[in-house]
Amino acid sequence: MALSQPALAADPDPRNWDAVLEEARGQTVYFNAWGGSENINSYIDWAGSTLKERYGVNVVHVKLDDTANAVAKVLAEKATGKNEGGSVDLIWINGENFASMKRQELLMSPDWTTGLPNWAYVDHENKPTILTDFTIPTDGLESPWGGAKLVFFHDTARTPADSVPQSSADLLKWAQENPGRFSYPQPPDFIGSSFLKQVLSEVIVDKSKLSKPVDDASFAEDAAPLFAYLDALHPNLWRSGKAYPQNYPDMKQKLADGELDIIFAFNPSEASAGIAAGELPDTVRSFTYPAGTLGNTHFVAIPYNAAAKAGALVLADFLISPEAQARKQDPAIWGDPTVLSMDKLSDEDRAAFDALDLGIATLKPDELGPALDEPHPDWMERIEGEWVRRYGAAN
Amino acid sequence: MKVGGVRLARVAPPLTLAVLLGPLVFGLAGTALPAFGYLPELGGEHFTTEHFGVLGAQPGIARSALLSILIGLVTTLISLGTVAAFVASDLGTTTFSRVRRLISPLLSVPHAAAAFGLAFMIAPSGMIMRLISPWATGLDRPPDLLIVNDPMALSMMAGLIVKEIPFLFLVTLAALPQTRHSETMRLGRSLGYGRIASFTFLLWPPLYRQIRLAVFAVVAYATSVVDVALILGPHLPPTLPVRLIDWMNDPNLETRFLASAGAVMQLSVTLAALLIWVVIERIGALAVCLVRDRGARMRRDLIVRILARLMMSSSALVVFGGIAILALWSVSGLWQFPDALPANFSMRSWMQAMPRMSGPLATTLAVAGLSTLIALVLTILCLEREYETGRGRDALLLIYLPLIVPQISFMFGLQVLSIWLGVDASFGALVLAHLVFVLPYVFLSLSDPWRAHDRRHDQIAAGLGISRGRALLHIRLPMLTRAILTAAAVGFSVSVGQYLPTLLIGAGRLTTVTTEAVALAAGGNRRVIGVYAFMQTLLPFIAFAIAMGLPGLIFRNRRGLRV
Repeated sequence: MALSQPALAADPDPRNWDAVLEEARGQTVYFNAWGGSENINSYIDWAGSTLKERYGVNVVHVKLDDTANAVAKVLAEKATGKNEGGSVDLIWINGENFASMKRQELLMSPDWTTGLPNWAYVDHENKPTILTDFTIPTDGLESPWGGAKLVFFHDTARTPADSVPQSSADLLKWAQENPGRFSYPQPPDFIGSSFLKQVLSEVIVDKSKLSKPVDDASFAEDAAPLFAYLDALHPNLWRSGKAYPQNYPDMKQKLADGELDIIFAFNPSEASAGIAAGELPDTVRSFTYPAGTLGNTHFVAIPYNAAAKAGALVLADFLISPEAQARKQDPAIWGDPTVLSMDKLSDEDRAAFDALDLGIATLKPDELGPALDEPHPDWMERIEGEWVRRYGAAN
Repeated sequence: MKVGGVRLARVAPPLTLAVLLGPLVFGLAGTALPAFGYLPELGGEHFTTEHFGVLGAQPGIARSALLSILIGLVTTLISLGTVAAFVASDLGTTTFSRVRRLISPLLSVPHAAAAFGLAFMIAPSGMIMRLISPWATGLDRPPDLLIVNDPMALSMMAGLIVKEIPFLFLVTLAALPQTRHSETMRLGRSLGYGRIASFTFLLWPPLYRQIRLAVFAVVAYATSVVDVALILGPHLPPTLPVRLIDWMNDPNLETRFLASAGAVMQLSVTLAALLIWVVIERIGALAVCLVRDRGARMRRDLIVRILARLMMSSSALVVFGGIAILALWSVSGLWQFPDALPANFSMRSWMQAMPRMSGPLATTLAVAGLSTLIALVLTILCLEREYETGRGRDALLLIYLPLIVPQISFMFGLQVLSIWLGVDASFGALVLAHLVFVLPYVFLSLSDPWRAHDRRHDQIAAGLGISRGRALLHIRLPMLTRAILTAAAVGFSVSVGQYLPTLLIGAGRLTTVTTEAVALAAGGNRRVIGVYAFMQTLLPFIAFAIAMGLPGLIFRNRRGLRV
């Protein structure tokens, strides 16, 4: 039986979907995804058991505490010449890691995303972040999985809704008036770095520079307003900036504990989900800045040496099906915004989205305010480096 | 049987050393090559020291390294001092046996779980503050105080000390029977020396010689620990091992070179701490001699004795209290400051976690069971060989190397090797990786009771015409059952607590309760951490309970073997 197989199997082609489904049957897909949240883990479990039932594809969730671990694993495999039969089949990925993998040619290519049957529903016309991930063209090398928007949360029992800041400048003033009640996770935590990018996007003089790689000659000048802002902010942070929350869920716990008064997340429905789970009091509400907060899309990608590429394609396609996306947007399940276009859906599918109860603390889509584009990944790297240089060894 | 047994015993020592030192040597090579610039796949094709230059230019790197050394030394000094002072002041008393029973189970609590427990206790929004607020403090909001993650690493050292005290205490207990402790103490007392003085002058030198390697292991562990440092350690800058993990995880893959250089630096940091420790030993010995020669009797040592008892019992209280708080969080609904108890209870976290726990649980049990079994067999055969020939004791000291070389210094290299051999993510490779750490601990626990076993039993057996193999099976093994089971429980809990080897060799496909716990800890959710840390504690605890209870059951019809 082994003899009849070609020595080197060609990559499955999503445009020949029946062949993909046939090849996928019986495969095991190792889906490397952040494992830090039980509701997300449940959701991935559900997707896995649905795939098993319908297509005979096994899904194993490899729980990461940092996506870069999966990137490092693929790299280690490339380093040892393991160019097929790799251990990672699908990665939940974000801009910085995508840029790195794309540069190192660690991704399955060429374009497979737009060949997926469910791509027909994806809102790539109106959501520019689906085709460019942190300004890097996705080129069909990663498939969208969910939307994200920076949203702030506060507890109305302690912080009245009319006193919350309306911009980063406002936030600085608020922190000076309420010392020790605001903080952000220490970079390179994803949410913490996002906070730096949010401030940068607001205070940089020439905003057009953010869509391009950093200009070494003018970086110090360009980033000066950001660091002036942080210099003023840090003495007023929680623990005077001598320690930082670990990540978003840690900030959520600190909001419940009364240690922090204003926190933020990259998911508009986190607060509602937290209330539903008994982690936050039901007096928590959301807000954003009228001038806009960062928005982006997160993706799944297939490594170049994945062992179960057909299975990974089937999973990626299922993840952008209206059924999976509607379930994902339900705050009782996860509450992650969809990447699909409501206009492209059937009436029945649209009704499923309409029926979702987004929760008491979730802003409606038209209340979320404009979305600011993510800067080029180069910026994140540079400001993280500069952050460590300036504040990383403080006493 | 006899022939096979003897032959097996002959190959056991070299086999054991190969199993342990092979991974160590290859792992270190796999780390050192990139540190000096050689990693062709990332464009590193010739040797260079520039990565050490980059490492040296990292902000606060000297502070990180010095902090790691300081933590290693202070932690060891305080926990060893506490254990020594307690043994000195209470050996042979009823308090001693009471504390002994209280402390022993602490060994089974994984470091990470103990650290979480301590953090939940002492944080400004933690349990202690909740219990005294607002009625005593007047606070209805937690104060903005830097207690956990303090820059001096005080909370981290506290977290390590409460876990190292039980370890050093049990090692000391194991070594005590080989000294003539009660006679020695009586001698000192009859010459008019206080308890502490009698102990320090007479009993401590031979005792310390026995436990010295375990003390080295504590120094090495405390300088290179990752999980405790993540939970309790300082942030700006963190200790060196935490920075290493950050660099290894950096999406910019070129940072690998920096991480490898850092791993080499970690090796020298640990070595430096060990060297300083040896100097401290000398100074300590000199000081003891000086005091002794001046004829000090130190009859009034009550304060030291009270302090030692206090430290011992608070170590137990902190760990048990922490686990209790973790358990409470795992079933709590909304629980806001300053409430001393949750507003409501919910099994939600358990219900969500349980279905997903069965796979990791099975892996945990299988890997821990198998690696412990192999470690036991190898250890017994090595000890048997030593027993027969009376040689090989010094060579076997190498068994402790994996405890002294920092894990992160050779684990990445080992990961590359296992991928290269195509055995990564295989169950066998994972068992072997665990064995590297399980075996030294099993050996550590079993060698002393084995060596202390009275040879006259074998002479009598020989007189009765019983062969060596049968003597081992029917006399020595039954008589040492309790020690063997305890060693097995120690090995089992060491395996359960392994994070880095499981993560790297298991390649994320073979997950254990511990890797799940740390992945979920990344989510910072106290309820979920509570569930996993509780499970992480429960497994070794059951193993110890079996080790304690089983001999009584097996020997219910052999009165002489009961304790």
